[in-house]
Amino acid sequence: MLLNRRNWTRLVATAWGLTLTMALPLASAAEEAPDEMIRRLSMDVLSTIKGDKDVQKGDVRKVISFVDSMIMPKVNFSRMTASAVGRSWRQATPEQQARLQDEFKNLLVRTYAGALSQLQDQTISVKPLRAQAGDTEVIVRTEILGRGEPIQLDYRMEKTPGGWKIYDLNVLGVWLVETYRTQFAREISARGIDGLIATLALRNKNGVMTSAGQKKS
Amino acid sequence: MTLCRKAPAAAWLRWGLAGLVLLVLQGCASAPNANPRDPWESFNRQVHGFNEGLDEAVVKPVAIAYQDVTPALLRTGVSNFFGNLSDAWSLVNNVLQLKPKESIETLARVGVNTTIGLAGVLDVATQLNLQKHNEDFGQTLGRWGVPTGPYLVLPLLGPSTLRDTAALPVNWRGNLIGGLDDSTLRNSLTALRVVDLRAGLLRASQMIDSAALDKYSFTRDAYLQRRRSLIRGDVAEPNSPPEERYDLPESNIKTTPGGTPLPQP
Repeated sequence: MLLNRRNWTRLVATAWGLTLTMALPLASAAEEAPDEMIRRLSMDVLSTIKGDKDVQKGDVRKVISFVDSMIMPKVNFSRMTASAVGRSWRQATPEQQARLQDEFKNLLVRTYAGALSQLQDQTISVKPLRAQAGDTEVIVRTEILGRGEPIQLDYRMEKTPGGWKIYDLNVLGVWLVETYRTQFAREISARGIDGLIATLALRNKNGVMTSAGQKKS
Repeated sequence: MTLCRKAPAAAWLRWGLAGLVLLVLQGCASAPNANPRDPWESFNRQVHGFNEGLDEAVVKPVAIAYQDVTPALLRTGVSNFFGNLSDAWSLVNNVLQLKPKESIETLARVGVNTTIGLAGVLDVATQLNLQKHNEDFGQTLGRWGVPTGPYLVLPLLGPSTLRDTAALPVNWRGNLIGGLDDSTLRNSLTALRVVDLRAGLLRASQMIDSAALDKYSFTRDAYLQRRRSLIRGDVAEPNSPPEERYDLPESNIKTTPGGTPLPQP
């Protein structure tokens, strides 16, 4: 009986331990509300930029590593790229899909890298979330406040097992994915998926070269 | 239309130009696979090319020189001065759109900046947390249900729509500089305003150069979305069908014509 009771106690303790260790990280990831997540992410991003001179200067390589470690885990980037590429995404091989995501990410990073230097004394205000309890897709609206007019910045987010993830963003009323759909469709209809990859790669390569050239002069 | 009768020659010129453009457009056959919002794409692309060339050759270099030569404080003063003039016109349009909060805030902005802000040179209102609410007559027309009409690229003026082009003469009349009698002063101020605007857009245009694969369609899509969001405020299309998820496998999802995914039987 004694052995039995001890076993029982051990079993209960193990079960509790297991439940706790498994549930805690899950709970913190899954139960954080989408607007809370955006508020925290925005604050983290702003304080990182303020503390990093290279990122402020728009050093593309530094910005890419900062984006990879901080922002990408919160983004469903394959959904974002697939949505911008459209129907042809399904015909693309996994390798093409990976390259598309990579080049698209680099294009976006290079585009926004220059703007980071302007984020100095800005703050983010997250607007009240308008969503039902069971919603799995929401729009989180924020504003960047600083000098001049507030800059509208909204996020489309989806609920995933790993917490809420961003899959589209809106700057000043312009949705990123919608805008790139036309850009990509033109390339794909003229030169196919590989043509689009080549154009993006060339653009990313040349862009780095010209920005380096501008720094020299 | 007393507004139009009193309009200065420059406004008539613009109006006439817009009319001419429309006549030309009548003859434009729309290309296959054209964007339904841009039936005049081939014409628009030509005007876009002309504007780009002019910008590269004249406007942008002047704006860069202006930014290099003048001290930042002076440039801010110039921007604030024109900003105050546009606030005055925004006030009229906020009232026409029956937006009480925005109207009062804009009235307070103009009042504060014109007096304490020394004719608008200092933007005291922003420091007092009085927000800017830019509205033009094109937005007012949109607010009352006038459809945007086709996308239209205007010579010199750039992206527009048929509705926004129709609103231009009124906007020009509402712009206090356009009402000045002294033509030399009027033209100098207009030129300064263009340079000020372009200088303010240097960084944004650099971003578009980096972001766009095709600058024409990128500018068009961004302009149309931006105007739509300015007028409707809400960015999401009401009752729009859910987007197809191309990143998910097709096998177990069947899409109905309405776009709603249904599980396959």
